[in-house]
Amino acid sequence: MTEEEKIIPDDKIDLRGVLCPINFVKTKLKLEMMDSGQVLEVMLDDGEPIRSVPKSVKEEGHKIVQVENLGNAYRLLIKKS
Amino acid sequence: MAEKTATQRIDLNEMKSGGFIKQNQKDLFTVRLKVPGGRITPEKMAKIAEVAKKYSRMGFCHLSFRQSVEIIGVHIDDFDAVVKELAAVGQKVASCGPRVRVPTACGGCEYNPNGIMDTQSKALEVDEKFFGIPCPHKFKMGFSGCPIDCTRTREMDLGFQGVVYPVWSKDLCNGCTLCAKACQEGAIVSDKKGRPVFDESKCVYCGDCIRACPTDAWKDKKKGWLVRTGGKHGRHPREADAVLNFLPDNKVNDFIDATIKWYKENGKPKERVGSCIDRVGLEKFKKDVVDTFAKT
Repeated sequence: MTEEEKIIPDDKIDLRGVLCPINFVKTKLKLEMMDSGQVLEVMLDDGEPIRSVPKSVKEEGHKIVQVENLGNAYRLLIKKS
Repeated sequence: MAEKTATQRIDLNEMKSGGFIKQNQKDLFTVRLKVPGGRITPEKMAKIAEVAKKYSRMGFCHLSFRQSVEIIGVHIDDFDAVVKELAAVGQKVASCGPRVRVPTACGGCEYNPNGIMDTQSKALEVDEKFFGIPCPHKFKMGFSGCPIDCTRTREMDLGFQGVVYPVWSKDLCNGCTLCAKACQEGAIVSDKKGRPVFDESKCVYCGDCIRACPTDAWKDKKKGWLVRTGGKHGRHPREADAVLNFLPDNKVNDFIDATIKWYKENGKPKERVGSCIDRVGLEKFKKDVVDTFAKT
């Protein structure tokens, strides 16, 4: 990710502690309520969630614009298609 | 029917590929039905249920380990009727004995996100072309769409498993590190800038990196089949040898053809292809069969 880009998310969801595939379903439902082009911030656990959720988000046609490693968790910025 | 002698009362042509298996009970047989790749239409399922209800004298079916539906307890006098009634929906009887069996396959790439190769259409095609061919012993094939290998191709006489070769382009990478996270094999490690360092020796060609990459910096260069030969289960299991990687889809039939031909020439009666390879040497199999495909 490039540090100079500062994207302000339109909405956010904290999915730390939420298991697969509920974390993806919650992400999907949140995105459904947003407008095309808006950005959602998602907080995900390391491990299975960070391995699976980005793939599913991509399959749905949305764009992951930023990934930030917070140690035990990840902060994802997703642009709705 | 009652006036006929024992040899006349069934059409032996219907039994030439087997599929009618003797049971403990006098005159009762298991009728094994062909379900290539384990995919079956509701129409066929309904007909099988109807036929089983009518002709199973034990009142149940069994789902075989190789994805077939078996009607248990069919009386020898009912064979013709069972075959005829199932044929109304195109449902055929499978095989047993020393011949090419119905291929198994995983669910398929149309609906499974991990799928790389189309196992379902391949299983149908291969069944159409090779089913029932006599061999020294049984000959089982299976198709898995990806390296998770749900069809257990390592247990097949000849198994095919989908693979994809990933390539990375520096220009499209934004250093997000998701590919390194997605890779379960440790084949991708992120450098200080978040960019991937690829160790092909650890790669199983599953394509997780390609699916995870948000910028399409990882793409598939080619897809194909990893070929495994000589696997079997039973009393003395043998894990198949991986003999070739990235066999193109349009070469699968030729590879099967060449393997069966080699097996017929080299295999002893009641000897599985894996035991035959153990006896004559894998190098011979590679030289006789694999090498011609390695160059394609």
